[in-house]
Amino acid sequence: MDPAAAKMIGAGLASIALAGAGVGIGNIFAAYISGSFRNPEQAPRVFANVILGFALAEATGLFGLVVALLLLFVL
Amino acid sequence: MHNPMEQFEIKRLIPLYLGGLDVSYTNAALWMTIAIALMAFIFVYGMRRQALVPGRLQGVAETGYEFIAKMVSDNVGEGGKKYFPFVLTLFLFVLGCNALGLIPYSFTPTSHIIVTFAMAAFVFIGVTIIAFIKHGLHFFSFFAPKGVPLWLMPILVPIEVISYLIRPLTLSVRLFANMLAGHIMLKVFAGFVIMVGILFGWLPLIFTSAFFALEVLVACLQAYVFAILTCLYLNDALHLHH
Repeated sequence: MDPAAAKMIGAGLASIALAGAGVGIGNIFAAYISGSFRNPEQAPRVFANVILGFALAEATGLFGLVVALLLLFVL
Repeated sequence: MHNPMEQFEIKRLIPLYLGGLDVSYTNAALWMTIAIALMAFIFVYGMRRQALVPGRLQGVAETGYEFIAKMVSDNVGEGGKKYFPFVLTLFLFVLGCNALGLIPYSFTPTSHIIVTFAMAAFVFIGVTIIAFIKHGLHFFSFFAPKGVPLWLMPILVPIEVISYLIRPLTLSVRLFANMLAGHIMLKVFAGFVIMVGILFGWLPLIFTSAFFALEVLVACLQAYVFAILTCLYLNDALHLHH
């Protein structure tokens, strides 16, 4: 297999990691929504943690995207 | 269609060479200067009157200040107040760089790994030095949390050490990847608008506009996350899990 084709395939495979980001973010907001239905008063108090959790979950997915971009444009 | 990676090129605006080192004033340096000047202007000019009942710009400055002050006091706890200027500067710099990158034809300094890595390395090394100064060699008890059975330690301690050492990497790559991916997507979808032509060009245009709004949110969010993680790492260094 010639290296250029292998890079493309590798980049495509690395992008599968973003599925994990989607699942993680969905989990966080599902917990937040379900919690704020039960206890609406406390919802603003925990919102900062929701945003932090979202950014951290997104970051792990983007690490996979960085590998894909590295393969396509740098190596 | 233009190459979406072209926007990340570093261009020398004022070539300067000092003894073999290339210290030219680049477009990255220009936009970082603009970000700092903008933030400094908002705070200095906004507070020039120091009215008890704030006007509009003073309200903005006070809100930004209080937001970060509350974050530092909530997350760093005791002895955290002296690190507030550092966290505020970090937050405002990252916010300024991220937000200015959204202007068309501008440049996002934080979309380069060297910029984000410099900041993250600074935070990590600073926090580790603070921990060593405060706790000395007792700092290493951070990697062996209380209440863990002895047979679990050989597995847990290496994991803890690795996850500590990986902090500068994740801190920098999080910001870098968010900015890079966001801007590449913006350029790619903008290219689609032209490629598809007049008849169906409205479809990628709507998506690009919606995605632009998301990018504004991501710019502010990533600045907030960088600052709050700095506070959490400081908390770990100062209080060692307690």
